[in-house]
Amino acid sequence: MLEIIGTVEKVVGPVVHARGIMKAKMLDLVEVGENHLIGEIVKLEGDWAAIQVYEDTTGLAPGSDIYSAGMPLSVELGPGLLGTIYDGVQRPLEAIRDTSDQYIRKGIHVTALDREKRWEFKPVMKAGTVLEGGEVIGTVQETRLIECRILAPPGAKGKVDRVADAGPYGVDDVVMRYDDPSGAAVEVKLHHRWPVRQQRPVKGRLPLKIPLITGQRVIDTLFPVAKGGTVVLPGGFGTGKTMTQHALSKWSDADIIVYIGCGERGNEMTDVLISFPELIDPRTGRPIMERTILIANTSNMPVAAREASIYTGITIAEYYRDQGYHVAIMADSTSRWAEALRELSGRMEEMPADEGFPAYLPTRLAEFYERAGMVETLCGSEGSISIVGSVSPPGGDFSEPVTQHTKRFVRCFWALDRQLANARHYPAISWLDSYSEYVDEVSDWWEENSGGEWAEFRQRIMDLLQQEGKLMQVVKLVGPDVLPDTQRIILETCTMFKNAFLQQNSFDQIDMYCTPEKQLKMLRVILDFYILGLENIKKGANIHQIKRMSVTSEIMRMKFTIANDELEKIDEIRDRLHRSMQQVEDMFE
Amino acid sequence: MKKASIEGREYIGINQIDGPLIMVKGIHNVGYNELAEVVDPTGKVRLGMVLETSSGAAVIQVFEGTLGLSIPETRVRFRGEPLTFGVGAEILGRVFNGLGAPIDGGPPPRADAVMDVNGLPINPTAREYPRKFIQTGISAIDGMNTLVRGQKLPIFSGTGLPHNKIVAQITRQAKIVGEETSFAVVFAAMGIKHDVAQYFIRNFEESGVLEKVVLFLNLADDPSVERLVTPRTALTAAEFLSFTMNMHVLVILTDMTNYCESLREISTIREEIPSRKGYPGYLYSDLSIIYERAGMIKGIEGSITQMPILTMPNDDISHPVPDLSGYITEGQIVLERELDQRNIYPPIAGLPSLSRLMKDGIGEGMTRDDHAHVASQLFAAYSRVKDVRALAAVIGEEELTPLDKVYLEFGERFERDFLSQREYEDRSIAETLDIGWKVISMLPKEELHRITEEELNKYYGS
Ligand SMILES: Nc1ncnc2c1ncn2[C@@H]1O[C@H](COP(=O)(O)OP(=O)(O)OP(=O)(O)O)[C@@H](O)[C@H]1O
Ligand SMILES: [Mg+2]
Repeated sequence: MLEIIGTVEKVVGPVVHARGIMKAKMLDLVEVGENHLIGEIVKLEGDWAAIQVYEDTTGLAPGSDIYSAGMPLSVELGPGLLGTIYDGVQRPLEAIRDTSDQYIRKGIHVTALDREKRWEFKPVMKAGTVLEGGEVIGTVQETRLIECRILAPPGAKGKVDRVADAGPYGVDDVVMRYDDPSGAAVEVKLHHRWPVRQQRPVKGRLPLKIPLITGQRVIDTLFPVAKGGTVVLPGGFGTGKTMTQHALSKWSDADIIVYIGCGERGNEMTDVLISFPELIDPRTGRPIMERTILIANTSNMPVAAREASIYTGITIAEYYRDQGYHVAIMADSTSRWAEALRELSGRMEEMPADEGFPAYLPTRLAEFYERAGMVETLCGSEGSISIVGSVSPPGGDFSEPVTQHTKRFVRCFWALDRQLANARHYPAISWLDSYSEYVDEVSDWWEENSGGEWAEFRQRIMDLLQQEGKLMQVVKLVGPDVLPDTQRIILETCTMFKNAFLQQNSFDQIDMYCTPEKQLKMLRVILDFYILGLENIKKGANIHQIKRMSVTSEIMRMKFTIANDELEKIDEIRDRLHRSMQQVEDMFE
Repeated sequence: MKKASIEGREYIGINQIDGPLIMVKGIHNVGYNELAEVVDPTGKVRLGMVLETSSGAAVIQVFEGTLGLSIPETRVRFRGEPLTFGVGAEILGRVFNGLGAPIDGGPPPRADAVMDVNGLPINPTAREYPRKFIQTGISAIDGMNTLVRGQKLPIFSGTGLPHNKIVAQITRQAKIVGEETSFAVVFAAMGIKHDVAQYFIRNFEESGVLEKVVLFLNLADDPSVERLVTPRTALTAAEFLSFTMNMHVLVILTDMTNYCESLREISTIREEIPSRKGYPGYLYSDLSIIYERAGMIKGIEGSITQMPILTMPNDDISHPVPDLSGYITEGQIVLERELDQRNIYPPIAGLPSLSRLMKDGIGEGMTRDDHAHVASQLFAAYSRVKDVRALAAVIGEEELTPLDKVYLEFGERFERDFLSQREYEDRSIAETLDIGWKVISMLPKEELHRITEEELNKYYGS
C-alpha cells in the first residue's frame, strides 16, 4: 500500500491544492484520490502543496487522500521504447487500448516497458572492471535497425562483481552487480528510471559541424541545421509546421527520432502510426518506425500531462544520445506546451507576465533547448540531440512571447509564411525571413562531401533572392516591363528557383526526399541558367528568347521527374541547357 | 459512478450569486465538474455544474441562469455524477434543448445508455485515419478543399454571408460515390436565431432526412450558459449514433463564436487571467475537446464528420475564435465578403481555404488521377491572379504584360465557371475537375508547372 501523505483541499481543473503535506519533496510524484490519479507536486508552502494532476479530475472531491509514489516524475529507460507510442507521462497508448476501448479512461496504470518481453542480452563489460556511470554493460538488438546499449545508470561507481551471461532477459532482470565504494552490493537491471526534469549528465560538449541532412531542399541548401542544433519553426495555422516535422522525421539522417505531438491533433498521430511502419528509410532499408518513438499528448488529453510531455520526450532522447546515437526531436507544438504552463500557472494564481504567461516561461524554454547539443557521452562515444520546435503564434503574429523568447535560445529560424502557404508554395519557409547560424559550421562538411561548391552556390542564390526581393518592390509599382533584361533575368531565375527547387511536394513519391547530391546538381543547373542567360543578354539577346527555350520546362520538372539514383539525367539537362544557350548566343555572333 | 451516500442531501440557502455563478458553503465535499440541481424559490429545478470545489464549498455554474434565485431560499442538491444524456435509437427525429431535455412536446426517449456529456479523449491508436471522399457537389469544396468522412472542417464566415445556405446544400447533397448510405445529422444550435433554426429544419424536411436528424437547440433568447454544454450533449448523441449504432453522422455546430462568448463570460466573472481579447487561456484546450470528438475508430463502421460554423468578428480571421479553431480543425472553408458582394455563390475564398485531409482522400480510385495536381495548379494560378489584380490596380490593366492579362482573364473565368454554381446544382467530381481543366487550359502549357506531361497530354484543352 502506498503511504498517505495528505488530503485534497480544493480542486481547480487540473490543479489540486493539498493540505497536511509533511513528508513530500518538490516535484515528487503522487497519486490522488480513490482513482489514484497521477500528479506531481509543483509547489510547497508549509503543509500546503499544489499538485498538477495528469488525468481528468472530474469527480475528485476535497477530503480525498493523497498517496506518495516515493520518487519524482520519471521515465523508464530500456529496450522496448522504439516503435512505441506514449502519452505525455510515458503511459503506453497501445497497451492502454488493450485494457480498455477506444477511449483513454482515467486511473489506468500500465508500465511503460513491457514486462513480458525477453531481450537477447550480450554482455560487454567484464567482471572486475572498475565501473563508472554511463558505461556499456552489454547490448540488446532492440529493432533490426538499432542496437540498444545497456548503460550503467549515471552516478554508478564501484567494482563490477558479476555481469549476466548472454541470454534472454526481461527489463526487470538484473544484468550486472557491482560493489559501490562503501562495499554495498548494487544491482543493475536491464532498464533504469530517470527523473524527466533533470538533464542526464555527459562528459563534455563538442562543437557542431555535421549537418542534419533532412532531404528537404530549402532546409539543407538554404537554412541548414547542424546535428546537435536547435531550430524554431513558427507559423500560423495550416502553414506547414506538422508537415515539415513529419518530413524531417521520415527523411532526416538522425539515428533516432523522438516525435512529440504536444497538444495537437489525434489524427496526426494516427497518420504517423499508419504511415511510418510502411515507409522505408532510404539509407538503411528498414521501416522508419524502427527508429521512432512517439509521445502523443493530443489537445484533448489532460493539459498537465501536455506540460510534462516535452520533458518525457527529451529524457528518452538523452538516453539514446548517451548510447552514442544522433537523435532528432520534433516538438509540435511548443506553444501548446507554453499554454499548458500558462493554464497551470493561472490555476495556481501566480502573477502573470506577458499575455498571461508566467514570468518563468523564458527560463523553462532555455532549459529545454539547452538539453540539445553534440556531446561526448559518459561511455566515451559521440552522440547528439537536435531539437526542432514548432511554434503556433496567435494570429500568425511572430511578435508574441513564445516565438520571441524561443528565438533567443535557438540558432536556426524557419519562418513559415502565410502568403506562400496560401499560394500552396510548400514548404512555406520564407527565404527572406528565415536564417541559420549553422551555415559556417556545416560548410566544411559540405565542402568535403560535395566538391567544394556548396557554400559558394548557396551564397550566390541567396544574393539573387535578396536582389529579387528589392526588384519585386519596384515591379509591384510599375510592372516588370520597365526593368532591363539584365534584371529580368534575376526575376526569371528566382521564379525558376522557387518553383523548381524551393517548392517540394511531400506527397510526391520522388520529390518527397532529395539527396544532397541531387540538391547540388539542381542548384548548379539553375545557377547556370542565370549565368549563361545573363551573358547572352549582355551580348544582345532578350529575355523572351531565353524564357522560350524548351529546356526550361525540363528544369522546372526535374525535381519530380528525376529520381535520386539517376542524377546523370540532371547532367543531361544541364548539357541541353548549355546547348540551347549556345544556340541563342550563336544568333548574335 | 454515483456516490449513493451524498445523493439526495439538500442544502437550503446559498452564499453568493454572481451572474450565472453561485457559491455554496457549509456543504459536504463535492466532486469537481459534477452536476448540481439548483431549486429556485418557485420549486423549479435548474441544472448546474461544479466549477470549483474546496472543503465544504463549491462554485456552481447554473445553466439556465440565476434570474429569480435568492440567497436564503435557493436550495441545492448534488448528484454525485457529471451531466449525462440518455442515448438510444429513439433520439432520432427528436428536438432537445442544450442540456438534452426534449422540447418537442414528446416524452423523453427511451435510453439504452446514460453517457457523461463531457466525453473522453479518443486513444490515437484506436483511430482510423479518415480517407473516404465525400462528394458535396460543390466544386470549390470537392475540387480544391475536399471533405472526407470523419473530418472536422469548419466554415469561417462573417455576418450576412451565406454559410447557412452552403451547409444546407452540403447536407442535401453530401454522399459517398458508389455507396448507398446516407448521413444522419446532429444539429447543435448555439445562440442562433429562430428563423435560422427553422431554415435548417425546413431544409431537412425537404430532403426527407428529418427522421435521421437530432436537433439540440439553444437559441438566441435561451440562457447563454447552456451553450457551454450544447455541443457536448450533441456530440454525445453523435458518438452513440456513430460508434454504437454504426451510422455516418454529420455534426453541424453553429455558431461556435457564440459558444466562445459564453465561455468568456464565465471566465470574466471568475476573474481568470485572460489571454487575447478577454478569452480565457484555456480556450484552445476547451475547443479541442469539442472538435476532437470527430473521426473514425478502428473496427467500427460509423463515423463523425464535423462542420462547425463560426462567424469571424469583423471578418477578421486572426480573431481568437477562428484562429484557435483553425489550429485544431483539419482545415477550413473561408467565406469571402468581396466574392459575395460580386454575387458569386458560394463565396468560398480561393486561397485561405484548406482541407488537410484532402491528400489522402483524392486521386486514382477515389476521385481521379489528375485531381491533386489540378487542384494545386488552380491554387497557384489563382494566387498569381491576386498579385496581378493588385498590380493592375496600380499601373492599370493596359500596362500589364500579355501573360498577366491572360491571368486576369483566367481569374474571371475561374470565379465565374468554377467557383460559382447554383444553390441546387449538384456537380459530380468529374464535372468539377473538367471545369477545372477548362479554366486552367486558358493558361499556356509552360505556365502549368505543377501538372505532369502525361496529364497535360490527357486533359489539357479538353
Ligand atoms: N511540403 C508540403 N507538401 C505538400 N503539402 C504541404 C506541405 N506542407 C504543408 N502542406 C499542406 O498544408 C497543410 C497544412 O500543413 P500542416 O498540417 O503541417 O500545418 P500546421 O502548420 O502544422 O498547422 P497547425 O498549426 O494548424 O497544426 C497540409 O495538410 C498540406 O495539405
Ligand atoms: Mg500542425
